Amino acid sequence: MKSSIFAGAASIWRNLPLKAKIGVGLFGLFVLAAIIGPEVQPYDPGAQTPLTMAAPSAQHFFGTTETGQDVLSQVLTGIRLTLELALLVGVIVTVLSVLIGVTAAYLGGVWDDVLSLVTNVFLVIPALPLLIVLMGYLSQQGQTSTIVVLSILGWPWGARVIRAQTLTIRGRDFIAASRETGEKTWRIILFEIIPNEVSLIAASFVNTVLYAIGASVALAFVGLTNVSSWSLGTILYWSQTDGALQTGAWWWFVPAGLAVALIGTSLVLLNSGIDELGNPRLRASRGTAKVAGHKIWGTDPTPVLAQLEAAPGRLGSFLHSFSRASVLQETSAGGNR
Amino acid sequence: MSFILRRLAFYLVAACVAITLNFFIPRAVPGNPAQIILSKYPDLTPTAYKALEQMIGGALPKGSLWSQYLHYWDDVFHFNFGVDLNQYPTPVSQILDQAIPWTLILVGTATVIAFALGTGLGILAGWRHGGSLDRSLPVLMFFQAAPYFFLALILVDFFAVEHHWLPAGQGYNGEVTSPGWTWAFISNALEHSLLPAFTIVLTSVAGWMLQMRNVMITTIGEDYVIAGQAKGLSKGRVIFTYAARNALLPQLQGFGLALGFVVSGALVMEIVFSYPGIGYLLLEAVQNKDFPLMQAIFLVITFAVLVANLIIDLIIVFFDPRARGREAA
Repeated sequence: MKSSIFAGAASIWRNLPLKAKIGVGLFGLFVLAAIIGPEVQPYDPGAQTPLTMAAPSAQHFFGTTETGQDVLSQVLTGIRLTLELALLVGVIVTVLSVLIGVTAAYLGGVWDDVLSLVTNVFLVIPALPLLIVLMGYLSQQGQTSTIVVLSILGWPWGARVIRAQTLTIRGRDFIAASRETGEKTWRIILFEIIPNEVSLIAASFVNTVLYAIGASVALAFVGLTNVSSWSLGTILYWSQTDGALQTGAWWWFVPAGLAVALIGTSLVLLNSGIDELGNPRLRASRGTAKVAGHKIWGTDPTPVLAQLEAAPGRLGSFLHSFSRASVLQETSAGGNR
Repeated sequence: MSFILRRLAFYLVAACVAITLNFFIPRAVPGNPAQIILSKYPDLTPTAYKALEQMIGGALPKGSLWSQYLHYWDDVFHFNFGVDLNQYPTPVSQILDQAIPWTLILVGTATVIAFALGTGLGILAGWRHGGSLDRSLPVLMFFQAAPYFFLALILVDFFAVEHHWLPAGQGYNGEVTSPGWTWAFISNALEHSLLPAFTIVLTSVAGWMLQMRNVMITTIGEDYVIAGQAKGLSKGRVIFTYAARNALLPQLQGFGLALGFVVSGALVMEIVFSYPGIGYLLLEAVQNKDFPLMQAIFLVITFAVLVANLIIDLIIVFFDPRARGREAA
């Protein structure tokens, strides 16, 4: 049993596009950093030392801040805090959007109309300004309130896609069959519909984590979070407010920003990999083929041999004269085109 | 026509929701805004405290919740967003008036450039699927995944702090010129907008490109494209009139949906450049707990995005005859 699961996982891995593999690897690296980071960090991220604004050195790989704090330790703690938040928001939002999307599509009628309208309205209202206003009013701005607010505003994207998919699945024969055999609605939803949407739900989860990282870092950068804790966003906040830019202390904001960008890239790669899994046309296969020394693109019309006659190099044309195509050219393809 | 009317109705509903949210958020959170503002001044004498409380209280509406709500609608229709708490007697709308043009010109122009550029590159990458442009996409994805403001920090560090090629921030140099329709001011403002605009283009171009490429690849597989090639039409005609024109429609719809994100990102980017637009104003409002200004900015941004979406719908109707008879999304 166990070995078959392994075999299954291995075969999924093998079929994964290269992009997705790189994405998984990169993301895994950051998860690893989040898990072991706080254990291996060389200093206490909050500890102030007299060595201020020091460039990267052997003692401080990423240099120090204006108050002499070690940037590397801050980034390691920050990765954990930011990933924790993003993954938690990802889980909550995915559950919410599955719940809302499936409910809307399955109940249909007025329910569907109302839920779809709400979904579309929240899609069109720009999220970040609303987030900022919401967070601005909260008296306690910390990790928990960020998670709550991001979750409340994050579900429309997923709900919209999942609703559409549920609508198509609902019309299939096997759903009608299970309804005829007297299966209960909740059982149909849990065991017939949702398993058929796993890839979609996975994609929506990845997207949500991406959104949560971007939004939480932006909120922290504006100062709307508990700025005394170390997340990737608060590091950027402090570097901006304490004038890292004016003094040219690039080592203060580059590692944290780079971490955000790389986590984001890994998720985008993962997602476009999942896309390609579903739509093989998008896969960047080997784009060109060489026919008689000519580059032929997939989108080019099928080549007419006569068109290729303006042959490649001297050696190429010499070798070409031995081929069957050269005979064809001499006999049938009179003139051009 | 019915498509546009339906969309219009939808945007009106969205606007109502935004205004209602804006009204209820301050009333739903525990504690009242006046207290939060007052808590910023712990050293006040009791009399000064009372005076300040009255002053702020005067800015907040009274009466039952329902009458407050109606009153709020009335205010919104008259662009009366109350009085700014930070620069006390100045009306919020006046402060907004100064900031909106900056953002509108910078973010608007840069977003349109990024969209056009990304779509163009997407057409090429999709056409030459697997080519060198297509394979450079992962690099561009990195720029897309990087937060706007982080890229802004890097660019400022390189172009302004290290090399002094471009100004590091502000909308114009106040020591050299003052706002007005003079060449000196406009050129100065242009110079200041180069770096922010470049940041917006760099970060958002990959998203448009990826989306256009994907739609393009799917479109190229359609029979009518192959038929066009079989007829011996020129390459340019097949690419642009047959494939790209049809692929553009989903791209435009995506543009509408993604606009909120793009604008939001650009706003945070303004903070890095201390650009005198809406985004920087929002930061100041947040830091000073200036709630009337904060809410007004949210409404302004929301309305801008709604109007932009409506314009996109009009363009879609213009391009796509099917949309004229289709049900609203």
